[in-house]
Amino acid sequence: MKARIVVGAHYGLRDWLGQRVTALVMALYTLIVVAAVLSGAASTLDGWKALISHGFMRLLSFLFVLSLCFHAWIGVRDIWMDYINSVGLRLTLHVLTLLALVGYAGWATQILWRL
Amino acid sequence: MPELTKARPKYLNLAEIRLPIAGYASILHRISGAGLFLMLPLLVWLLGLSLGSPEAQETFRAVTGNIVVRLVLFGLSWAYLHHFCMGIRILLIDVHVGVEKQQAATSAKAVLAVSLSLTVLVALKFLGVL
Repeated sequence: MKARIVVGAHYGLRDWLGQRVTALVMALYTLIVVAAVLSGAASTLDGWKALISHGFMRLLSFLFVLSLCFHAWIGVRDIWMDYINSVGLRLTLHVLTLLALVGYAGWATQILWRL
Repeated sequence: MPELTKARPKYLNLAEIRLPIAGYASILHRISGAGLFLMLPLLVWLLGLSLGSPEAQETFRAVTGNIVVRLVLFGLSWAYLHHFCMGIRILLIDVHVGVEKQQAATSAKAVLAVSLSLTVLVALKFLGVL
């Protein structure tokens, strides 16, 4: 069998892999938070705040936020690519999506670092 | 160009489209992802309130006590759980686990059932029943 030569800038593979790596990061973070909540660590809002304020947890939350925004960028971009045929409209939606996600990342990071 | 003897079926009418169970799980993965993306501002706002000053936390309690907000949050809980379960299924298929037709159908059913059941548990926990 002849090996298939994948040409191009490889951004397809990079995005595909990035979506999977960020998914794993978010899945692990979700399990950690669920375990903490089930242990009763977040039974009150103050307990929840203490949990997220912990230095290590704050770093994990930050990684979660970045992973989510990268993951959402690829996913939402794919939706626009699939359904929006007009190049101008699609480009506009891409830019708006990127700006929104970068804004949310900054907003969430500010919330975490204020703790 | 040779003439087509028979018109090809084009199911552009969403109501006429029939998908295998994995197809429904798959489109729900996309819909749940889109819903979560659209509601991100609400979720970040609520996160900020829950981690804020006592006054902000009071606002958090009031907002999350609202019936409409609760319904939205239950919907988003389902979206997150479905996206999570379906994501694990996709990652497993990526490493060639469960690729066979029958296995893929079974895992799609499992995703739908598990995510719906977990959503009910989350809602009951949220309402303080559990």
